[in-house]
Amino acid sequence: MSKKIILMQGNEACVEGALAAGMRFFAGYPITPSTEIAEISAEKLPKLGGKFIQMEDEIASMGAIIGASLTGFKSMTATSGPGFSLKQENIGFACLAEIPCVVVNVQRGGPSTGLPTLPAQGDVMQTRWGTHGDHPIIVISPSSVREVYDMTIRAFNLSEKYRVPCILLMDEVVAHMREKVELPEQSSIDIINRKYLNPSMSVYKPYMDYDGDGIPPMMNFGDGLPYHVTGLIHDISGFPSTNADVSKDLLNRLMSKIYNNLDDILEYENIYTEDAETVIVSFGSTARSVHRAVYLLRQEGFKVGMLRLKTIWPFAHKAIKKLKQTPVRNLLVAEMNFGQLLETVKASAEGAFRTYGLNKYNGELITPQEVINKVREVAKHA
Amino acid sequence: MTQKNIKIYIDEKACKKCGLCIAFCPKKVYGSEGGKPVIVNLSACTDCKLCELRCPDYAIIVGGENIE
Amino acid sequence: MRKELQKYFRNDKLPHIWCPGCGHGIITGAVVRAIDNLKLNQSKVCIVSGIGCSSRAPGYMNFNTLHTTHGRALAFATGIKMANPDLKILVLTGDGDCSAIGGNHFIHAARRNIDITTIVFNNSIYGMTGGQYSPMTPKAAFATTAPYGNIDRNFDLCKLAQSAGATYVARGTVFHVPQLIKLIEKALKHKGFSLLDVVDICPTYFGRRNKMSSPIAMMNKIREMSVTVRSASKMSEEELSGKIVIGEFHEERVPEYTEEYAKVIEKAQGGN
Repeated sequence: MSKKIILMQGNEACVEGALAAGMRFFAGYPITPSTEIAEISAEKLPKLGGKFIQMEDEIASMGAIIGASLTGFKSMTATSGPGFSLKQENIGFACLAEIPCVVVNVQRGGPSTGLPTLPAQGDVMQTRWGTHGDHPIIVISPSSVREVYDMTIRAFNLSEKYRVPCILLMDEVVAHMREKVELPEQSSIDIINRKYLNPSMSVYKPYMDYDGDGIPPMMNFGDGLPYHVTGLIHDISGFPSTNADVSKDLLNRLMSKIYNNLDDILEYENIYTEDAETVIVSFGSTARSVHRAVYLLRQEGFKVGMLRLKTIWPFAHKAIKKLKQTPVRNLLVAEMNFGQLLETVKASAEGAFRTYGLNKYNGELITPQEVINKVREVAKHA
Repeated sequence: MTQKNIKIYIDEKACKKCGLCIAFCPKKVYGSEGGKPVIVNLSACTDCKLCELRCPDYAIIVGGENIE
Repeated sequence: MRKELQKYFRNDKLPHIWCPGCGHGIITGAVVRAIDNLKLNQSKVCIVSGIGCSSRAPGYMNFNTLHTTHGRALAFATGIKMANPDLKILVLTGDGDCSAIGGNHFIHAARRNIDITTIVFNNSIYGMTGGQYSPMTPKAAFATTAPYGNIDRNFDLCKLAQSAGATYVARGTVFHVPQLIKLIEKALKHKGFSLLDVVDICPTYFGRRNKMSSPIAMMNKIREMSVTVRSASKMSEEELSGKIVIGEFHEERVPEYTEEYAKVIEKAQGGN
C-alpha cells in the first residue's frame, strides 16, 4: 500500500486529528486565525454523522460543547485571543464540573483585537489562569503540522482520561503553514475514552471517586439515572455544598488528578542538552527557529541545546530539574511575548542557572538569526 | 354533585406560612393560625385544587379518600 | 406533596431555598405537573438553568439537570439538543438571566427554532443578589440599583421572542396556575423553540421596595392587571398600559433546527 502523503495546513490537521480522535461535535464562532477549523469541521462532521453548529458568540460555543459532551459526544471548539477571553467562564465550568472537551486557541498578537493575522504566544498565562479560581487544566502546544494532528488526538485523550478541558495552544504560524504530512492509519491510533459508568446501578454519585484515582466515571445525560451537574462547589452526589471539608476535598481531588499523573501528562523534547552550556527553552512555532539556530550554532562549535515544551501546563518542572544534573549554565527562554514562560522557568530554576529571555511581540516570528545572536550575547556574559 | 368526602392534607413542616392558600381560596375554606392555614370550612371545598396548585412549598394536597 | 408527583422531585433536597410566598415554587410545581400530565420519559428529560433564584429549580427536580453559568443555559441546552435530539429539553431561567446576560442566546435559540422549551420565571428583579432591576423591571419601579425609580424601559419578552423567530409564544402567571399548566403542556408538545413568560412574584425584593411586601398583595396585583389575549385585542394602547396580557400569542409550524441538521447529515453523506 502506498503511503498517503498530503500537503496540509495546521488548522486542517487539527480537524483531521480531532476526527480521528472521535470528535463528533464542534461549536464555534468565526475568528482569525482559527476559522478554518470551524469551516473544515462544518464540512467533515456531518459526513461522519457528527454535528457542527456555528453559535452566536464564543461564550455560547463553549457552553454548547459542554452540553454536547454531557451527552457523551467528544466535543471541541476553536478560537483565538479575543474569543479565548470570552470563553473563560465556561472553561472554568468545565474544569469544576469535570466535563471533557477540547479548546483550540490559535494565538495571535494581543492584547485586545491586537494583530489578528499575525503570530504571538501571549496567551501562555491565560491558558493557565484565564478563568477565575484555582482549577486544573492541561495545555499542550504543537510545533509542526503533523504534530498538530497528533496533539489534537492527544488533547482529546487527555481530556477524556482526566475529565478536564484540554487546551491545544497553537499560534498563527503553526495554524496556517502548510507542510507535507503522512497521516497514520486510524487503526494505529491510540484512542482514550472517558470512563463510562454502566447505568444499571441504582444510585449514581456523579462525583464519587469509585476507582480511587481521583477521576469519577461519567454517565451520559439521557442514558439512565438522572443526575445533577452544577458550577457550584458540590459534594460527591453533585449537589451544591458550602461545607468546608467538601470544598477542600473537591479542589484537592481536582488538582491531584492532574498533579498525580505528571509522568503521563508532561511531554517535552530535549535536543543536545547533555553537554550543552546554554539551553534554549521554547515551544510552538518559535521552537522551529530555535531548532534551526541550535543546528547552526552546533556547527560553529557552540555547546547549545534546546528544551521544547510540548506540555505547557502543568509546567514540566522535572525537565528543568533534570538540566541541573548537566553542565548547563544558561537558560534562554524564547517566546513571542514579554516573557510569560520565563518567569515560570526562573522559579523552576531556583537560581541554578542564569536565565535570559528572548522576547518578540511585534507580530513577527523569532528568527533563527535572532536566536543565534542572543546565544552569542549570553555566551559573552558567561 | 354528591361527592364530598373531600380531604385536605396540610404538611405543616413544608408550610412557610405565605398565606396564599388562605387568601385566595374561592370558598374561604382556610383560616389562619399564626400564619399557618387551618381548615375552618371543609364542607365549602369544591375540590378546585387552586390552593394546592398555588402552594409554593407543595404543602397542600386536596383530594378524595386516597390521601394518606 | 402528592404521591404521584414525588418521583419528579429530589425530596431529600426539599424544602427549597426560596422565600415564603416566592412564586418560583409554584412554577416549578406547574412544570412538574405538566410533565406528569404528558407522561414524558423522566430519564429523557433534561432541565437546564443559568444563575439566580429561579435557576436553582432544576436542583430540586429529578431529571437530568444542568445548572450552568449566568445567562448561558440556552447555549448549553443547544449543545445537548444538537448532540442528542431524542432528549426533551427545558430551560428554566429568570428574567435577568434570560433577557439581560442571556439575551443573545435567547434571540438566537429562538431564531434557530431549536426544540427547547424556555420557561422564564419573570419576577422583574434580580433576587439572588438582593433586588437589582432587570430588563423586565417596569419603568418607575424601585430596586436597590434604582433607588429613585427605574428609568429603563422593560422588554416585552413575548414580542421579543416572536420577532426573533420563536414558534410558540405564551404568557402565564403564578396566579392562574391551571392555565399555566396547560400552557406548559402546549409548549412542551410544540416542536420548535417555545417561550413561556411566566409572571412571577418576589415579595422579598420586588414587593418590599414597591409597596407590596406580602405575596398576597403581589398576587392581587397580578389578578387585577391580567387580561386575556382576546380581551387585550379589543383594548386601546392606553387601556393596556400596565396590564399583563396572558395566553397564547403565537404558534406556527416551522422546520425545527435539529431536524434540519439531520438533513444536512443526509446531504453530506451523499443522499438528497
